[in-house]
Amino acid sequence: MKNITSKLTLCLLFANFIFASDIEKDLQTQFILAEPGDTITIPEGVHQIRGTLSIEGKKNLLIRGLGMDKSILSFSGQTDGAQGISITNCKNIILENFAVQDSKGDAIKAQYVERIEFRSIKAEWTNGPKPTNGAYGIYPVQCQNVLIEFSVAIGASDAGIYVGQSSDIIVRHSTAYHNVAGIEIENSFDALVHTNNAYENTGGILIFDLPDLVQKKGGNIHVYHNIVRNNNLDNFAPPGNIVGKVLPGTGIMVLAANDVHIYENTIQNNKSIGTGIVSYFITEEAITDSLYNPYTSDIHIYNNIYSREAGLPTLDYEIGKLMAIKYGRNIPDIIYDGMQDPDVKEGLCIQNNFRAEFTNMDIEHNFEKWYSPFISNFSEDPSPHDCGRQHTAN
Amino acid sequence: MFKFSSKVLCSILLFSSILFSGNPLKYAKPKLSDYGVFLGNLADHTPGKGVIPYDVSAQLFTDYALKSRFIVLPKGKQLSYNSDGSFDFPRETILIKTFYYPADFRNPNKNIRLMETRLLIHTPEGWLGYPYVWNDAQTEALLEIAGERMNATFIDIKGDRTTFEYLVPNFNQCKGCHVNQNRMIPIGPKARLLNHEFNYKDGKMNQLKKWTSLDMIKGLPDISTLPHTSNYSDVSDGSTANRARAWLDINCAHCHRLGAPGETSGLFLNIEETNGTKLGVYKPPIAAGLGAGNFKHTIVPGKPDESIMIYRMESTNPGIMMPELGRKLVHKEGVELVKAWIRGLSDNHPPPE
Repeated sequence: MKNITSKLTLCLLFANFIFASDIEKDLQTQFILAEPGDTITIPEGVHQIRGTLSIEGKKNLLIRGLGMDKSILSFSGQTDGAQGISITNCKNIILENFAVQDSKGDAIKAQYVERIEFRSIKAEWTNGPKPTNGAYGIYPVQCQNVLIEFSVAIGASDAGIYVGQSSDIIVRHSTAYHNVAGIEIENSFDALVHTNNAYENTGGILIFDLPDLVQKKGGNIHVYHNIVRNNNLDNFAPPGNIVGKVLPGTGIMVLAANDVHIYENTIQNNKSIGTGIVSYFITEEAITDSLYNPYTSDIHIYNNIYSREAGLPTLDYEIGKLMAIKYGRNIPDIIYDGMQDPDVKEGLCIQNNFRAEFTNMDIEHNFEKWYSPFISNFSEDPSPHDCGRQHTAN
Repeated sequence: MFKFSSKVLCSILLFSSILFSGNPLKYAKPKLSDYGVFLGNLADHTPGKGVIPYDVSAQLFTDYALKSRFIVLPKGKQLSYNSDGSFDFPRETILIKTFYYPADFRNPNKNIRLMETRLLIHTPEGWLGYPYVWNDAQTEALLEIAGERMNATFIDIKGDRTTFEYLVPNFNQCKGCHVNQNRMIPIGPKARLLNHEFNYKDGKMNQLKKWTSLDMIKGLPDISTLPHTSNYSDVSDGSTANRARAWLDINCAHCHRLGAPGETSGLFLNIEETNGTKLGVYKPPIAAGLGAGNFKHTIVPGKPDESIMIYRMESTNPGIMMPELGRKLVHKEGVELVKAWIRGLSDNHPPPE
C-alpha cells in the first residue's frame, strides 16, 4: 500500500491544478483505493467537506485523526448526501481521534459492518440543540461487533449515540449531551452500555424495541455504572419521530424491550422519570406487525442510586401533567406502565435501589380515567416486583 | 505534448499503480474511448458492432438529464433469463449510460451537452461501476473515481431556465444504489422494464424480441406472458396506481427493499410489495430524523400533503430529501403522480388494489 500511497501522492502532485487543496476529493479517493491494512490519516485542521464521504466494501482499515479537537471534518456547507461519513459492507474498521461536525443528516453511519470501533470520535452539531440538526451522531445499524469508546456526541436531533438492529455491542467511557436521546440501543442484542456520562439530553439512555423492522427484537442489554444526570432538555426532535415522544426529564427509558438489566447507575435530577419501563401502547401508535411484541418483560433494575430535587415534571406531555397532578413536586423515580406481557412470567424486577420511589401507573385500568388522575388507581408498592431473586451488590 | 492534461496523466498513473495492487479499478480504463465501443466521433455515440442501444420503461429521475443506454455482451455469450424477471449476465458484459442535457428542452436534439457516462462492468469480482466525466470540448470522458461536481443549466419545456450543480457519483456511490445482499447488480435491464418497443435504426421493435432475434438471451418465455412496468410519464400506460408504483420502484426500491440499505426503515417500495404498512400506509418513521417533517406517517391515505413520502420527494435539503443522492432538483411530475396516487387511497381502499 505504501506503494500506492506514494503513487497517489505523486499523482496528486501532478494534478495539483485540478485538485488544489481539495481534501474532500483526496480523502474520498483514498477511501476508494484503500487496501486491507491501510491507515488513512485525517490531517489536523478544520476541513470543509461538501458531500458524504463513503467507505464501501473495505476490510481492515484504520481511519485516524490527530485528536477529536484537532482533526475536524466540517459539513456545515454540505450539499450532497445524507450523512457525513457512510461506511457500508465492511469488515474490521477502526475510526479514531477525529470529529465530524454539522452534517445535514447523520454524522457517521455504519451499515452492514462486521466489527467497527469508534474510539475518541466526536460527533457534534455546533449551534446547540436544534430540530434542524441531523438525526444521529454515532450510528451503527445492522452491524456485528460494535465498540464505541471515549467518544462524544453533542446536539443530535434524535440520538447522539445510536446502535440499531445490531449485536455484540459495547458503548463505554463515552459522553452524550444536548441530544434528544443521549445513548439509544434499539432492536439490538448483547449490548453492554457502561461507564458513560449522559447529561442534559431530553432522555439520557433509551432501550427501545420498535415494530416493522427487519431485526424484530433485542435482548441481553446491560446498562451499568453510568451517570445519568440532569436530562431535562426540551424535546427538540422534529415532530413525527418516535423519539419525540420521550418526556423531557427522562433518565433511562425502556420501551417494549425485554431482557434488560439496569444496575449500579447514578440517576440524578431527571425531573420527569428517573427510570421508565413502558410498553409500545404508550406511543398510541397502531401495531400492524404481527411478529412484534409491544410489552416489556424480563427487566431488572437494581443497586442504582437515585436522587431528585423536588420540582415539577415536564408539563408539555400528558404523562407529565398526570404525574404533576398526582404527585406534585415529588415524582417517583421508577415509573412502570403496568403492562405485563400475558405470555411471560418474568416482568419487572426492582431491588436494592437507593432512595428509589416507585409507581405502577397501570395504564390498562386507568386509561379510561386518563384525565382524572385523582381517582386513578396507581400503586406505589414495589413489592410485587421483588421477584425473590437477589441481585447482589458489587 | 507537455500540455497533456494533468487529469489524464493522473488517471494513467492511478491506473498503472492499480494494475499492480489488485485494486478494483484494475478493471477500468482511464478514458471512455479506450473501450472502443463507439465509432467515429465519440460524442455521437455511434454504436460499434455488438453495441446495442436500449431504454427502460420507467426511468430513474436524475435532475431531468436525458440518458442513452447501451449493452455490450462478450462475443458469443448470452443473457440468461431468471424466473423472477431478472437476467444473469455473462462476465465482461458492459452496460453504458450517458447523461446529457439539451440547452433547451423545447428543442431536445440540438445543442447537446454530455455530462457523464457511467459504465457497469461485470468483472471477475462482480459488477463494478465507473463514472467518466466529459470534457468541455466534448471529445473525451475521463474516469473520475471520486466523482465530480459540474455546473449545469438548461431551459425547460416551459421555457424557464434552471441552473444547478450536477453531481457525478463516485465509485462507492455507484455501489450504494446498485448493491443488494452485499452484491452489486444492474437495476434497469430487467425483463419488465425492457418489454416495450424501441426505435431501432431499422424500425420499431419490442426490445426483448430484438434481443432474442440477435441471439442475446436464452431461456426467455413467450414475451406476451411477461409483465411490463409502466412508463410513468405516459398517462396512457397504466392506471395512476401502476404509474406511481413504477415511479417508486425505479426511484426508491433499489434501497427500499429487503436486502438493500433502506431496509432498516422497514419501508419497502419495490413493485412486488403488497403489504400496506411496508409500503408506508400509516407507518411511523424509524430513523427519519429531519425527514419526518411535521408528519407522523409515510403515507396518509387521501392526504398527500400529510405524507412523509411526499415531503421528502419535494425537498432538496440533503438531510431531508429522498432519494438521498443523485438529484438537486425536484421531479415535479413525479411528485404530482405520487400525490395523485395517495389522494386516491382511502382507509377502505388501501394499496395495493
